[in-house]
Amino acid sequence: MADNISNIFDVSARAMSAQMVRLNTVASNLANANNISSSEAQAYRAIKPVFSSVFAENFEETGLSSVQVDEIVKTGLAPSMEYKPDHPSANDEGYIFKSAVDTDEELIEMLDASRNFQNNIEVITTLRSLMLRTIDMGK
Amino acid sequence: MQKILDHMGVHFTSLQLRSQRNEILASNIANASTPNYKARDINFGLELQKQLHEISNFEDASGAAEIELQYRVPTELSLDGNTVELHVEQMEFAENVARYQASLSFLNQKISGLKSAIKGE
Repeated sequence: MADNISNIFDVSARAMSAQMVRLNTVASNLANANNISSSEAQAYRAIKPVFSSVFAENFEETGLSSVQVDEIVKTGLAPSMEYKPDHPSANDEGYIFKSAVDTDEELIEMLDASRNFQNNIEVITTLRSLMLRTIDMGK
Repeated sequence: MQKILDHMGVHFTSLQLRSQRNEILASNIANASTPNYKARDINFGLELQKQLHEISNFEDASGAAEIELQYRVPTELSLDGNTVELHVEQMEFAENVARYQASLSFLNQKISGLKSAIKGE
């Protein structure tokens, strides 16, 4: 991907890739939501992307800025412990550890990410048709 | 060339500024979920005055007056410090696109007027 943001397509493309990363993390979290492990360290913890703005080199003149994913972090939510001595994954004391994933939160995250994704597509579709009409100017 | 530019009137400058504002608003929409991002916008009327002033002073079509980005004041604060309110940005964007198209059709009419004057029909 080009380093600088030079036009509106760069802005929307980057924003959409960022939202895509966010959707990927949601998918991973939901897929692992029901995992069970035998120790707290092994238990799955929800992951979340950290967004930050990237500004075009000539931002003051153009006002162009977009989004990038800085890193993907594990959330602070602790895995829940449950006493189930019969479970095959139970540890010596008979406890199992459930994934630290809040499925309700993940679903809301998914809705928000897909809505933002759609917004960016809408913007680019509108501006593209404006560009095409501008090319036809004077015909 | 200056005469043709005069004929185009305000729409030439307006189209440039509208297109720039579209990009600023699109950047806001792109950053709708970035923590601590502050939504920006321009005061269109003021910027248009500035550009027109620049053009009339220097008789230069490039209209090089710099735009001044301002921060949008959000109606409600959000916890993550982001001041983009999607509905506000979308409304502004929709309005700006409509006004861009208006300027475009004014320009088209001016151009076809010029064309028929050249042809002498």
